[in-house]
Amino acid sequence: MTDAHARDGDENAPPRLALVGVPNCGKTALFNAMTGSRQKVGNYAGVTVERKTGLAVSPARFDYTVIDLPGTYSLRARSPDEEITRDVLLGHRSGEGRPDLIVAVADATNMRSAIRLVLELQTTGIPVLLVLNMIDIALRRGVEIDLDQLSAALQLPVVTASAVQKNGLSAVWDRLDGMRAEGWPALLPGSWHEPGGTELRARQRRADEILRHSVTVPPKPDTLTNRLDAVLLHPVWGLLSLLVLLFVMFQAVFSWAQPMMDLIGFGFDTLGAALKAGLGPGLVESFLVDGVIAGVGSVVTFLPQILILFLFILLLEDFGYMARAAFLMDRIMGGAGLHGRAFIPLLSSFACAIPGIMATRVIDNRRDRLTTILVAPLMTCSARIPVYTLIISAFIPARPVLGLFSLQGLVMFGLYAMGILSALAVSFIAKVMVWYREPAPTFMLELPDYKLPRARNVLRELLNRASQFLKRAGTTILSMAILMWFLASFPTPPDGASGPAILHSYAAMIGSLIEPLLLPIGFNWQMSVALVPGIAAREVVVAALGTVYSVQGAGDPSTGIASVLAQQWSLATALSFLAWYIFAPQCLSTLAVIRRETGASRYVWISFFYMLALAYAASFITYHVTLLFQ
Amino acid sequence: MNIASGFDLAELVPLGAAPRGMRGVIHHIEASQINASVSSAEIERRLLEFGFLEGAEVDVLHEGPIGRDPIAVRVNGATIALRRSEAMAILVR
Repeated sequence: MTDAHARDGDENAPPRLALVGVPNCGKTALFNAMTGSRQKVGNYAGVTVERKTGLAVSPARFDYTVIDLPGTYSLRARSPDEEITRDVLLGHRSGEGRPDLIVAVADATNMRSAIRLVLELQTTGIPVLLVLNMIDIALRRGVEIDLDQLSAALQLPVVTASAVQKNGLSAVWDRLDGMRAEGWPALLPGSWHEPGGTELRARQRRADEILRHSVTVPPKPDTLTNRLDAVLLHPVWGLLSLLVLLFVMFQAVFSWAQPMMDLIGFGFDTLGAALKAGLGPGLVESFLVDGVIAGVGSVVTFLPQILILFLFILLLEDFGYMARAAFLMDRIMGGAGLHGRAFIPLLSSFACAIPGIMATRVIDNRRDRLTTILVAPLMTCSARIPVYTLIISAFIPARPVLGLFSLQGLVMFGLYAMGILSALAVSFIAKVMVWYREPAPTFMLELPDYKLPRARNVLRELLNRASQFLKRAGTTILSMAILMWFLASFPTPPDGASGPAILHSYAAMIGSLIEPLLLPIGFNWQMSVALVPGIAAREVVVAALGTVYSVQGAGDPSTGIASVLAQQWSLATALSFLAWYIFAPQCLSTLAVIRRETGASRYVWISFFYMLALAYAASFITYHVTLLFQ
Repeated sequence: MNIASGFDLAELVPLGAAPRGMRGVIHHIEASQINASVSSAEIERRLLEFGFLEGAEVDVLHEGPIGRDPIAVRVNGATIALRRSEAMAILVR
C-alpha cells in the first residue's frame, strides 16, 4: 500500500502531522508559524508540557492538522510530559490512530541528539520528514549542511526552515504539498521497543557517522554564550547576578508601575464620580459605583504591575536564563529536598501557580514532582500583587532607603523572599519527615545558547496575559464583586434602625459569624467576609474589601480604598493581613490543577490545610508581635 | 588504547572529580556505583542520550556556587549541566 488511502482514519480528513524533537529545538515556534497559533515559546527545555493541536493551511491551500508535542530525547518517556509524546506516536491514545507523518524537528546548529532520535522515530513505522529548524542561525555561524547526503543516509526527505522568519517555511510546505500530490507514504507496522544502552550507543554512533559525512561545523562554537556564562555561571558573580536580578524585578514591579496605576485609578475615580453625579443616589448608582467600580476597578488598577512582572519573566525565558538559574540553584534547592529543575516551575509560579504546577511535568522523579507541586503555591503569584500593594501603599511610608531603594519596594521584596524561604522550608520538612529514605534524584539539563529575546514574541505574550487578566476581571472578579455588593446591601435595615445600613446586611451576618475565629489574628468582620470570595481568586479580596467599605461609606470615598484602610485598620491588623496572604490557601483553580496533575484529591486537602495552618500561625505571630512593639 | 591492550585504569579520571577547565575524552561509562533514585542502567541511558558517549570530547566549563556542584560540561557542541555524583559514572582520560 503506497497510495494516499493507506492513512489511518478518515481519508478525507486533513493529514495529521506530529511535531517531534529534542527539547528546545523550536517545535512550538514551528507550530505557531504553521498554524498561526500563539502558543507560548521560550529558550529552555520543557516549555511545552501538553499536546496542542491546530489546523494549518499551506500557501497552496491544502489543509493539515498539526500536533505539537513536548520535547523528548527518546520515546522511553521518563517524565509525564514525555509520556504524552510516546503515547501519541505509538497510537496509545484512545480514539486516536497514529499520526500520518512525523515532522522531526532538529536544531540545525546542533543535530547530534536529533539525528539519533530520528533513527529511533523511524522504528515507529510512521513516515518521517526531517525539518532542520533555525537554519538562519546555523548558516550565520558557518555550519555547512549537505541536504542530499543527509537525506540519502537517513532515507527520508530533509528540508530546512526558520520558523521565526517570514517565508521561513516555504520548503516545508513545498515538501508537504508534494507528498500529498505524490500519494501519502504508507504507515507501516511499528517495531519500536525501549532501547537499552547498547542500542543507544549504536544509534548515536550511526548518527555521528551520518553527520560527519553531511555536516561541517566551524571549530569555534558560540563564544558570546561562553563569555556571558563566565560571569552568569561564576560561583560568586553568578549567584550575585541572580539575586540582583530578582531584587530589581521586585523593585521594578513596585516603582515603575506607579504612574500607569495612578492613571488607571484616576480613570475609575472619575467614572465613579460622574456616575454618582449623573444617576443620583439609589440602588442602581450603588450597584455601579460600590459594586462594579469599587470592586473591579480596584483590581484592574494593578494590571501594570502584573505586566511588568510578566515582562521580566518572559525576557528571562527568551534569553535562555532559566536553565542557568536552575544550575545555580540546584544545590540550594537540593539541600531543601527539591530538584534543580524545580526552580523553573517555581519561578513561573511568580506569574501564576497554575502554569508553574503544569511545568513540573518535566520533573521525572515523582517525589520531586509532588513536593514541587505542593510548594509552588507558596511562591508569590501575580494575584497577590494587588493585595500586597494595597496594604503596603496604605501602611508603609514611601521613604527612600540608602538613597537607592524605596522602603515600599523593600517590603515587597521581603514578602517575595518570605514566600521563597517558606517554600524551601516546607520542602525541607517534607524531605525530613516523608521522603528521608529515598536517594537523591538525578539532575541533567541542557544549557541552551543565549538568544536575543524577540520583541514580537514578548509583546504578543504580554498582550495575551493582559487580555487573560482583563477577562478574569470581567468574569470571576466582576461576579464576585456583584455578589459582595448584594450581600453588603441586603437586607436593607428595618425602619427606625440606627447605625450604618451595612450592619444589617448578609455580609455583616457572615462576617460576624467568622469573625470570632479570626479575631485572634486581628481581622475584623469586613476582612472576614472578604476572605470568602477571595477563595475564588486571591485578588478578589481587594475587590471585596473595596465593595464592603464603599457600601459602608467609610472614610472619604474619593481617595480610594487604600486611604480608607489606613483609617480603619491598625498597623498590626494590616501586617497580619499581609502575613496571611503570603500563605493564604490557594485559589480554586490552583486546587483543581493540583487535583488534575497529581491524580489524587488527597494532595488537594494536604496543600489546602497546610497553607491554612501556616497562614493562621504567621498572622497570629505577626499580629501579636506588632502589638507588643506599638 | 583499551583495557585489553594494557591501558592503565589508574589514568582514568571520573568526570565528577574533574576540576573546572579540564578537557578529556570519554573512555567508558560505568554507572553501577552511582546511588540515585533510578537504576544504574537508566543513568547510563540518560548520559548516553545527552551525548556522553565513549570517544566524545568533554570540557568542564563551569562549576556551581556551592560545593562546586553541579558542573556544566561541553560535550560535542552542547552544554550539559549535571551533578558531580552522576558525572562520577563518566570516566575520562
